[in-house]
Amino acid sequence: MSMLLVNVLGVGLIIFIVWWFWLSTPKAQRALASGVIDVRVEGGVYTPARIEVTAGQSVTLRFLRKDPSPCAEQVVFADLGISHELALNTPQDITLTPPVGEHPFTCQMAMYRGTLIAR
Amino acid sequence: MTVPSHTTRLSISGMTCAGCVSRVETALKNVPGVDEALVNLVERTAQVRGSVSTTALIAAAKGAGYDAAELVGAEAEQDKEAAEAAHYRALLRQSAVAALVGFPLMFMDWFGVMPHVHGGGQIFWIAVAVVTLGVMVYSGARFYTGMWKSFKVHNANMDTLIGLGTGAAWVYSTLITFVPEVVPEAARHVYFEAAAIIIALINLGSALETRARGKTSQAIKRLIGLQPKTARVIRDGQELDIDIAQVGLDDTVRVRPGEKIPVDGVVIDGHSSVDEAMLTGEPIPVEKKVGDHVTGGTLNKTGGFLFQAKRIGKDTALARIVELVRQAQNSKPAIGRLADKISAVFVPAVLIIAVLTFLVWFNVGPEPRASFTLVATMTVLIIACPCALGLATPISIMVGVGKAAEYGVLIRNGEALQQAGKLTTVVLDKTGTVTLGRPAVTALLPMPDWNESDLLQIAASVEAASEHPLAQAMLDAAKSRGLELLRTENFAAVAGHGISAHVIRSASEKASMLFGNQKLMDQHKVDINALAPRVAELAAQAQTAMYLAVDGKLAGVVAVADPVKDDSRAAIARLHAIGLKVVMLTGDQLATARAVAQQVGVDEVIADVLPQDKAAKVVALQQRGEIVGMVGDGINDAPALAQADVGFAIGTGTDVAMESADVTLMRGSLHGVADAIAVSRATVRNIKQNLFGAFIYNLLGIPVAAGILYPMFGVLLNPMIAGAAMAMSSVTVVTNANRLRTFRAQRTEVSS
Repeated sequence: MSMLLVNVLGVGLIIFIVWWFWLSTPKAQRALASGVIDVRVEGGVYTPARIEVTAGQSVTLRFLRKDPSPCAEQVVFADLGISHELALNTPQDITLTPPVGEHPFTCQMAMYRGTLIAR
Repeated sequence: MTVPSHTTRLSISGMTCAGCVSRVETALKNVPGVDEALVNLVERTAQVRGSVSTTALIAAAKGAGYDAAELVGAEAEQDKEAAEAAHYRALLRQSAVAALVGFPLMFMDWFGVMPHVHGGGQIFWIAVAVVTLGVMVYSGARFYTGMWKSFKVHNANMDTLIGLGTGAAWVYSTLITFVPEVVPEAARHVYFEAAAIIIALINLGSALETRARGKTSQAIKRLIGLQPKTARVIRDGQELDIDIAQVGLDDTVRVRPGEKIPVDGVVIDGHSSVDEAMLTGEPIPVEKKVGDHVTGGTLNKTGGFLFQAKRIGKDTALARIVELVRQAQNSKPAIGRLADKISAVFVPAVLIIAVLTFLVWFNVGPEPRASFTLVATMTVLIIACPCALGLATPISIMVGVGKAAEYGVLIRNGEALQQAGKLTTVVLDKTGTVTLGRPAVTALLPMPDWNESDLLQIAASVEAASEHPLAQAMLDAAKSRGLELLRTENFAAVAGHGISAHVIRSASEKASMLFGNQKLMDQHKVDINALAPRVAELAAQAQTAMYLAVDGKLAGVVAVADPVKDDSRAAIARLHAIGLKVVMLTGDQLATARAVAQQVGVDEVIADVLPQDKAAKVVALQQRGEIVGMVGDGINDAPALAQADVGFAIGTGTDVAMESADVTLMRGSLHGVADAIAVSRATVRNIKQNLFGAFIYNLLGIPVAAGILYPMFGVLLNPMIAGAAMAMSSVTVVTNANRLRTFRAQRTEVSS
């Protein structure tokens, strides 16, 4: 009985991993009229990690890096050809005008991951 | 949402009085988002606080009629280094604390001196559980907070793997400590030491990686280090030593012999020779006189001079180079995209493998099953290393692009770097690329009743009115011989032939004059037989010869040539040596082009090409299946540079249009092309090694950790060994990338 239970739990866990990390997406934060969005770089994540903006309009992402690990020191928008060094505890503005689509932004090793969604 | 405001410092030029101050202040304060703007007339600076972009502030100042630029210092880089050093020390400290708990426990276990979890040993193990928890909080808190934070945003990273692996070890061990009965007696083993040692090793690995990574950005540090900290400016007749960040536009700056030039500007008094090698790789110092540009960060050698600051802060050539190198270092070539795709799904995939490992051991594993199940699952989580995979490409690009910068080669992005390594053909523009681009008069052949001076005087006088590129050569030659130019009238340029004009030699003497090639002479039936053989000889030596006829009779020949750069031949030989075909493209006539080609040893010559057709010639080569690198001056050759797979803009000094090409060669030598290709190939090779290593590591490590060798050989990896392997894998990648720093381009210089 306990064998069955553990196996069912294990399979359930696999399904959960697939669903949680690959199939579902967290809610995006919508840009305000001011066009500036604060993004914290801390604890392995960008907060917010999903940002929704209006396509074709200029938006400023103000990154604030709190994580001293060198992993966090760069943010790269690979498909937009933008990258920036983030100094520790210093806000860094990145102003861009994204075309329609989802634009992932990551650290150099793609462990910190975020998405800029332009609609 | 509130926007944190920040302070921006600007240099404002053109302010003369208190009235200006208020005009600038008002303009700045009117920019939306500005909370406060303070203008200092003495320092000619403005300090602005608010949530506003620097560009908007500069635009506002310009709108009010004053030039402005942002003032930045070198503090940012120093802060970064200090932060890195502090992080390194913190990691070592955390590693040491975890090791101090983990290793004694491990040794005690080895020597069998540990009490058993049931009976009298329970109190001891409860204490160990608490101490280990303390270690996990002190040394490993970031794994657990990181794990939770990324989980909340549906993400998983290295923290997730380490957090789950060590967390599972602690939870299982604590459970065994409190309720040993849940597992059979044989499985009552605890793994507190594994949790502590894994944290110690991962922290040690991170510390070593931080250290090694610091070295990868050495090229940037060297460039930033070129800028002196202070400058000596003259304001209101007084010489002041001030911080470099305080130097304003149009400030007069004094540079003494042996000092570094602080910012970019134009020499207004004195002369000297300046060593620009640190920026351009050009070993020979450059002479600077009044009116010449000087570049911040270069070294003044012999004389003292005054210059006016024209570009400061982020606008200086040095700052732009630093920015360009930084941008390029952070860009990724196609080769790295596969690794990115894999690392995007890597961690959840490892989590699934871990669950499967758990289920397999749980269902069919031998006894003590609980121990085996835990150890295999934990080892899978710990050994998987997404970092090595993610680091493989960017870390090599970082070092490779930096290395290229040391050779005065600025590579625009990772894509250009990867492409440069793949080139099969290099197309060289002739003028200014293979040759110096400064034509000079090389021969004067007067007919018997003429002399050299008269010949040159008339040729220069006629050319003075033309816009022909060779005109300057004649004018320079006439000037150096002290010849006065004569008046001309009825000037007419015949495209592709030459010039006809009337020269006024004196009040009464007016001569009709023809100056041009054989076609022009033939058209006017001028007999050139006397000099035709000499002209053919000159053409064979890459000299462009032009006939001068006065009143329908041949007066002589003026030959002009654009000398080949000293090292073009050696550089082209290097390109051949690395297996490239070298093509020369020029608007010159075939005979001249062939002669240059022979001097430098190119494989193919395409002559008589109009500037607008150069791009089409590149296309033709590409259609033959060649991967083409085009080398040109970046302005006239822009379309061909853009068409080529890699465009190399070759410049002299720091005035090159850096933003225009895939690769910018800061000095005029073609060795830069060979250097760029050599660095690119070395970097791509390095990336491949890294990717191969990282893939193989994970591909072999994860199945072994899961216990694939156990059924056949009875081998199961120790989770602590997995921790060490994981810590070392990313250190290895960074160390391998650092090997690129020792790269030396094979260069054999030849003297002319």
